[in-house]
Amino acid sequence: MIAGVFSQIGQSFQQLIGDVSSNPLFYLISFVLILSALMVVTLKNIFHSALFLILTLFSVAGIYILLHAEFLAAVQVLIYVGAVAILIIFAIMLTSQLTSKRIVQTNEQVTVALLICFGFLGTAFLSIPYTVWRIADVALPAENIFTLGKLLMTDYVLPFEVVSIVLLAALIGAVVLARREGS
Amino acid sequence: MEQYLAVLIFLFAGIGLVLFTFFFSRLIRPANPYKAKNQNYECAEKPIGDSWIKFNNRFYIFALIFVVFDVEAVFLFPWAVAFGRLGLYALIEMIIFIVILIFGLFYAWKRGVLKWV
Amino acid sequence: MMQYLALAAVLFAIGIFGVLTRRNAIGILMSLELMFNAANINLVTFNKYIQVPGIAENLTGQVFAIFVVVIAAAEAVVGLAIVLLLYRNWKGIDVDRINIMKW
Repeated sequence: MIAGVFSQIGQSFQQLIGDVSSNPLFYLISFVLILSALMVVTLKNIFHSALFLILTLFSVAGIYILLHAEFLAAVQVLIYVGAVAILIIFAIMLTSQLTSKRIVQTNEQVTVALLICFGFLGTAFLSIPYTVWRIADVALPAENIFTLGKLLMTDYVLPFEVVSIVLLAALIGAVVLARREGS
Repeated sequence: MEQYLAVLIFLFAGIGLVLFTFFFSRLIRPANPYKAKNQNYECAEKPIGDSWIKFNNRFYIFALIFVVFDVEAVFLFPWAVAFGRLGLYALIEMIIFIVILIFGLFYAWKRGVLKWV
Repeated sequence: MMQYLALAAVLFAIGIFGVLTRRNAIGILMSLELMFNAANINLVTFNKYIQVPGIAENLTGQVFAIFVVVIAAAEAVVGLAIVLLLYRNWKGIDVDRINIMKW
């Protein structure tokens, strides 16, 4: 019985990993993505891990292109790589004692964290193949950006306006927090 | 997917060019390091302090404001593409969106964070 | 489709590991960005592969993903402003040392 369980787990694992020859580009990008994401969380020098974060975000943009989400890939590069990653590097430069000295960057929870990670991964890997998905390779609209714009202007107009209020709050919060005291 | 072949070729050519120049120059250049040569370059003067200096805080608040307006610019692209077929309604929505954000810019201006003292 | 979901799960697990083990506040923020990206990959994958009956223009997942990216940018702005304030007041951003809110 145990052997049967193991073979079933092996089968579902094979299903998860899929066929490398069917889409080699996906596996190349995922390899870069996972490797650089591991670098982000494990490297000692936080500046280097910020640079690997940029590589990770670029690979995610590649995954979006494979999934026919062209505009989202552009958004990823514009906002994440062009703005958020630069902001993070700025913050690292400002808090400069991080890069000049070698300090321990991890705390003593490494074992617990590893346990939690593998617990999560195990649960996800077991539940993904056993879920009954209503898979249908949907034909996405050809005019990606136009349809997105139409949806934003019609169906999702309220979230769209709320986003501007969220951004206003973030802007005011940043101004209040980052302003020099006394000036 | 085929139209991305050019992007892929550009990507690999870019990476390859950097790696090639980096390692080829290492192969052909003479290697003769000494102490004065390994110093940080500072206009031929003796360098003062570490090369990891702290940036001025004022750069940072500009970066924060930049991110917010970068996000706004991203929303302008699909709006502009869809505008021709949506008309006045879309224009009013976008004006509301931008006016709300301009309040933020106005606030930052009034608090004096945009001044470069 | 399952490959994409598995990739997102791996990325999310790496993000959890980073959040739990980093001492540095900026490191925690970077790991959070990884987790946001994992969630986004899931959204876009479902948008591509899962049929939603009765919807002609099937891009809801991508719209959601755009909103997630925007919220992540706003979160990074406020979070890094807080980090800078912490650095100014505590001369360091080690989250183990910042404990005056702890009871």
